[in-house]
Amino acid sequence: MKKHLLSAGDLSRDDAVRVLDTAAELLGVAQRPIKKLPTLRGRTVVNLFFEDSTRTRISFEAAAKRLSADVINFSAKGSSVSKGESLKDTALTLQAMGADAVVIRHHFSGAPHRLAAAGWTNGAVVNAGDGTHEHPTQALLDAFTMRSHLMPDGGTGSDLAGKNVTIVGDVLHSRVARSNALLLHTLGANVTLVAPPTLLPVGIDAWPVRTSYDLDDSLEGADAIMMLRVQHERKNASYFPSAREYSRRYGLDTTRMNRLPDHAIVLHPGPMNRGMEITADVADSGRSVIVEQVTNGVAVRMAVLYLLVSGATNEEGEGS
Amino acid sequence: MTSYVIRRAKILGGEPTDIAIEDGLITAIGTDLTVDGATEVDATGLVALPGLVDLHTHLREPGREDAETVLTGTQAAARGGFTCVHAMANTDPVADTAGVVEQVWRLGREGGYCDVQPIGAVTVGLGGTQLAELGAMADSAANVRVFSDDGKCVSDAVLMRRALEYVKAFDGVVAQHAQEPRLTEGAQMNEGLVSGELGLTGWPAAAEEAIVARDCVLAAHVGSRLHVCHLSTRGSVEIVRWAKSKGWDVTAEVTPHHLLLTDDLVRGYDPIYKVNPPLRTADDVAAVREGLADGTIDIVATDHAPHPMEDKECEWSAAAFGMIGLETALSVVQHTMVDTGLLTWEQVAERLSAAPARISRVGGGHGRPLAVGEPAHVVLYDAEATRTIVPADTASLSRNTPYAGRELPGRVVATFLRGVPTVLDGQLQEVQP
Repeated sequence: MKKHLLSAGDLSRDDAVRVLDTAAELLGVAQRPIKKLPTLRGRTVVNLFFEDSTRTRISFEAAAKRLSADVINFSAKGSSVSKGESLKDTALTLQAMGADAVVIRHHFSGAPHRLAAAGWTNGAVVNAGDGTHEHPTQALLDAFTMRSHLMPDGGTGSDLAGKNVTIVGDVLHSRVARSNALLLHTLGANVTLVAPPTLLPVGIDAWPVRTSYDLDDSLEGADAIMMLRVQHERKNASYFPSAREYSRRYGLDTTRMNRLPDHAIVLHPGPMNRGMEITADVADSGRSVIVEQVTNGVAVRMAVLYLLVSGATNEEGEGS
Repeated sequence: MTSYVIRRAKILGGEPTDIAIEDGLITAIGTDLTVDGATEVDATGLVALPGLVDLHTHLREPGREDAETVLTGTQAAARGGFTCVHAMANTDPVADTAGVVEQVWRLGREGGYCDVQPIGAVTVGLGGTQLAELGAMADSAANVRVFSDDGKCVSDAVLMRRALEYVKAFDGVVAQHAQEPRLTEGAQMNEGLVSGELGLTGWPAAAEEAIVARDCVLAAHVGSRLHVCHLSTRGSVEIVRWAKSKGWDVTAEVTPHHLLLTDDLVRGYDPIYKVNPPLRTADDVAAVREGLADGTIDIVATDHAPHPMEDKECEWSAAAFGMIGLETALSVVQHTMVDTGLLTWEQVAERLSAAPARISRVGGGHGRPLAVGEPAHVVLYDAEATRTIVPADTASLSRNTPYAGRELPGRVVATFLRGVPTVLDGQLQEVQP
């Protein structure tokens, strides 16, 4: 594995399977009465959050703590960052405190790359979502969830070869879509991105995916369908005329869900806009694995921290 | 005043010849010239070009003297072979009054490294709503003929029309920064394959081309001169080519970086490559090279845009737009246009000296050929040299060069401004303003 996890594209097929297999082992820890391993004792993991995201932060925090790492939560709000401190100075401060890993969430695309490439920190940098770019651990937990449902024997050791995954929504602004497109392709799945033309980025023809403007044409044969969060504000920028029209054309309701194959699962990265991209009936149905995604998120993040932080010493001098 | 005899220089890359300089003028060109008491300058193997003229320079003074001053910017210009630079208006305060343009003009004279011809703002405070006092700037000591809101687009069609019409009274030209503002809200880089992958808000070529097309049509309608700043896309080249085919009085410039660099460089999110207009695709680079070669694009202008370190050592989206370029311009032009066979040195002199001086109507003998009786604005250039670009090796106060670590051909050995060497042996000289 590379030293940092900045993009889902950083992972080879074998890297990705290794993360998922490690996560499968670690998932068992969560079922124990004592949910803790000593693996990262004495190591420091910093959660550097420039953007509010309680869900992702507590997921990483739980992951690091279950591995016995010391966790420092650095929220840009109410800190020196809100007083104008630069990313560079923040990074140098964390470096001086001896961070072994920096989990960074940032409103600007590419901020984790800057942190990793500029030499401001020696720790492993984990991208916990950057702007409208990527969210690689979200893609890993999605892949983990799909694998455990769709592949034989819970999927251990396997990829997602031949599985059909449909991702629906605001691809243009979605870091989840970018990371999933890359990772699912690496794992051998066939990805279809469905969105109104305004919400697909220019240049998408070069992505390793199929695209469609029509959700109804993209349901049959899907093994998994992932609904992306669509912000109401997008209609103000004329990406679509109204929330109702969006829901009618691109929302997942029971009628559409019933056209999916019986084994197909429904994912959503959260937080959901119930009634917008997904109806409550679908979100709460037996097909929905949305709550399970959250559980798996902790295990996947444990695996990433474990492989990046403990791997850094075990394989000193290798592969960065 | 010291006299000079430049020995065995290849004027415009031709046969070696001597050039005699006395009292700021070229007094003789030939072999084995003798001038009593003249200082000898050995130019064996060097190309002699007329002093370069930059139509697009950000000197940052007044207001951002931490990034650049008129003195340091003109020193960088001299090291790049320039004898005249046009100072863009987006200073603080904006160069939108006779007072500010005269201040910038005076600072250039006090430095003595390069003639500084101020450009006046088109609109008050670059606000895009009300015409600045264009006539007062034209009548001032700075004698302004080029007007630009560069950094911002004069997007209001009526205001642009009026500006184009109004400057006809004093043979002025409006230099447009072509960027449709609504199509580029929050834009961070060229819109295309790379922006989609990187999740950065795209800057469509259409946002530039729509304005270029509109302005060409407007200029034709009112019979005015239009200059298109830093065009960067294939479509812009084609529109300007079409406008010229109609006989309309449209000129255009391209920057050195748009002749060489592409948006692939953005992949590392290093803001050193963040610039306005953004780096485009390899196809656009090919198109601007073709356009410069066939004369569709009249000139190369640097868009030298100094920024302090902290405005580049940050996240891409928080970083400032712009790159410095005065000291690397000629090398990039050699690399992209001369070494590729697209331009001769004679054509380089046209596009980096004669044409920009003509467009701006600048006086002082700038843009004139190397000929007896002409003011001695001369560059001696070693086209055989190669150098690796080191950011700290600059006269500019800023270090934001996109060429760090890159090997480029050519080196400016000497620059003469009115017969006074501002640079000799590649080193800045003390000058008496």
